[in-house]
Amino acid sequence: MSAVAGMTFADLKSGMSARVVAVDENCLDSRRLQEMGFTVGTQFSVVKVAPMGDPIEILVRGYRICLRKNECHCIQIESVG
Amino acid sequence: MASHLVIVAGNPNAGKTTLFNSLTGSTQKVANYPGVTVESVEGQYSFDGETIRCVDVPGLYSLKAASEDERVATDVILGRQEGKPELVVYVLDATNLERNLFLFTQIAESQVPMVIALTMPDRLQAKGKRIDVERLRSELGVPVVSVIAHQDRKLDALKRAINDALRDRPIPSIDFGLPVGMQSTIRELSERLARIGVDASQAEIRRNLYEPPELFQLFLEDFPEIAEPFTEARNRLEAEDLLRPSVDVTSRYEWSAKIQSLVLRDAEKPAKTVSITDRLDKVLTHRFWGLTIFVLVMYGVFQSIYTVAAPMMAGIEDVFGRLQDAIRPMVSQNEILESFIIDGLIAGVGGMLVFLPQILILFFFIAVLEGSGYLARAAFLMDRLLGWCGLNGRAFIPFLSSYACAIPGIMAARVMPDSKSRLATILVAPLMSCSARLPVYVLLIGTFIEPQYGAFWAGFSLFAMHLLGLVVAIPVVYVLNRKMLKARRLPFVLELPPYQWPKWRDIWLTLVNRGKVFVKTAGTIIVFMSILIWAAASFPRFSPADAVAEAAKVGVPEERAEQWVQEKQLENSVLGRFGKAIEPVFIPAGFDWRITTAILSAFPARETIVPSLGIIFSLGGEVDESSGDLQSAMKRATWPDGRPLFTVWTAIGLMVFFALCAQCMATLATVKRETNSWKWAVFMFCYMTALAYVGAVAVNYLGKLFGA
Ligand SMILES: Nc1nc2c(ncn2[C@@H]2O[C@H](COP(=O)(O)OP(=O)(O)OP(=O)(O)O)[C@@H](O)[C@H]2O)c(=O)[nH]1
Ligand SMILES: [Mg+2]
Repeated sequence: MSAVAGMTFADLKSGMSARVVAVDENCLDSRRLQEMGFTVGTQFSVVKVAPMGDPIEILVRGYRICLRKNECHCIQIESVG
Repeated sequence: MASHLVIVAGNPNAGKTTLFNSLTGSTQKVANYPGVTVESVEGQYSFDGETIRCVDVPGLYSLKAASEDERVATDVILGRQEGKPELVVYVLDATNLERNLFLFTQIAESQVPMVIALTMPDRLQAKGKRIDVERLRSELGVPVVSVIAHQDRKLDALKRAINDALRDRPIPSIDFGLPVGMQSTIRELSERLARIGVDASQAEIRRNLYEPPELFQLFLEDFPEIAEPFTEARNRLEAEDLLRPSVDVTSRYEWSAKIQSLVLRDAEKPAKTVSITDRLDKVLTHRFWGLTIFVLVMYGVFQSIYTVAAPMMAGIEDVFGRLQDAIRPMVSQNEILESFIIDGLIAGVGGMLVFLPQILILFFFIAVLEGSGYLARAAFLMDRLLGWCGLNGRAFIPFLSSYACAIPGIMAARVMPDSKSRLATILVAPLMSCSARLPVYVLLIGTFIEPQYGAFWAGFSLFAMHLLGLVVAIPVVYVLNRKMLKARRLPFVLELPPYQWPKWRDIWLTLVNRGKVFVKTAGTIIVFMSILIWAAASFPRFSPADAVAEAAKVGVPEERAEQWVQEKQLENSVLGRFGKAIEPVFIPAGFDWRITTAILSAFPARETIVPSLGIIFSLGGEVDESSGDLQSAMKRATWPDGRPLFTVWTAIGLMVFFALCAQCMATLATVKRETNSWKWAVFMFCYMTALAYVGAVAVNYLGKLFGA
């Protein structure tokens, strides 16, 4: 684990790469996010942050997806690279 | 011979409908964003002696449906509607194997025969990769056929594979390595169920075991006889920490990633260094340029609708003018027949068809936006705004669809992740300015704004009218969502498709489909309403014999007698009396009884106002052969005291009324169907009509304030 464990999507900036460390399964939205590919260990990168700071565009498992930062708190991440 | 039921299923935007259209010769909508198809559609084809009933379903990410469109798809795939499909043609997007294979593992479990159609090999090629089809086939255990369905309309290889599969029934054999404890628990449960005579597949058992607690409880209540074994199995999984969805999802994804690494190869030709999507996205979703370009694009669309269509319109008007001239001698023996054909039918339907070019230009632009992949980016850009009123960016797609027509827009609300935000989206979608309002705007702008203020302001007004619905929709959604429905915030998950050149085939399809709808409406509702309006305005007859004498009596000069007669006729007709009776309602908005009756006639379908005005003004003697058309008639029309009937403000007020009012029966019927109750259709009708009335009155008062 890297030094900045406990990060969430809210800490992401354009151009960063990150990895999923843990998923809180009690949270209702976690299932769909995992089904979209955000399983533990998955690496992804932030392509872009929308003009008003949210949502963000992410490249994961070879495709692009758009998510709201504060809606992904059930996923814990760490930055890589 | 009996036909076979074959289902085309797969992830959203994987190319299912493109394939379905080519297989069956259908003309379903294809566009480059996820969630285009929201209901299941059936088509048919025959190949080599077999008749295939083919069903195209909405795309989905998981059999655990998260929205209404996914529910529709799961019901069909799992055979909850029409019985189990004989074969699933699984559409696998070659550029997106990992996620596409995830869903594959879920469908594979239901032990249905499958054939894989591998789409987008051309896009993969552009990325410098290719897929080892032979290897994929052996890994999955089912036939794989690579297709580019928009180029190859025959698809013989796929059709042959389908026929073979209907005979051989190839069932996927994959092992995605679920933990041993989970497999044994499920196997034991299935055996236990079999002993008490319940026949359930392992996939079905797993799906139910993995329901969230509330749904699992419901399931137990529905099937009390199997509650005990299920509860026991669930407890055991729980104890072994295997009940978490992540166990299931992760093992599937691990398998998908492994398969992808086995079959994905480098192509002979290397990729271009930076993909076109990256380059375009740098600008199109840029902090500043993104929104600027968005507004400029929209503005450009409306400006060009205005300027490009004008010459084409003139052409069509000319054709109808000649038609009138050609027919007039044939019917002139009979005054009523002449009036019916010339003033009723040709003025009505012809007046409508004049707007076909605008409609087609609008749809051309919509099709380009949808086909390029820009639409999903617009949703990305607009999310923040919609988030404020409790919706998410996904709602932007139904909203933009409503700019074409509210009906597909309302249907598209099925992509919303919960029923309350879906309802809120449905209720405001018709505020977006649909193409049926276009003729109204163009007529009024062309008559009262362009001649006075020039083409720039004309284009601007058209743009503003289209913005108005969206601007009004935002507070309405805010109130609906936050105050009335209290919708839960659901995560915004939107896949952004790669950009591409819009395909001519898809654009053409849109133009033909929408053109047909427009002409069909003109040929049915509009003809019907035109006849109705003409009849109401023509009877009872005001006998011309004593009319001339009458005219002389009230001191009307002889050269104006004929027009005076016509005016009198209109005033004394059923329509005239009715209009006068209700005129006071719309006086605050500055509309006289002629405009009012035209508005009322437009409640079944809003574009009817154009032929209605045409008929009313031409019967009223305002439109005659020498001095032109509806436009000049409207300019010449006056109040009884001689003030002009229309000012710029009246025109704007009328446009605002049309922008906000719920004048479309088909929309109301669709709302009823999608919400399963008339309640919401009635609610929508009432709030929109009230908004429209208030809007028109407000404009009238503004007009008085600032004068014009
Ligand atoms: N380059 C390329 N584009 C394709 C191919 N097949 C489909 N497309 C394009 O991919 C986009 C999506 O196609 P659709 O057929 O609408 O996809 P769908 O799976 O029906 O999508 P939903 O109904 O939203 O689930 C469209 O822009 C198509 O033109 C292909 O083989 N190659
Ligand atoms: Mg489709």
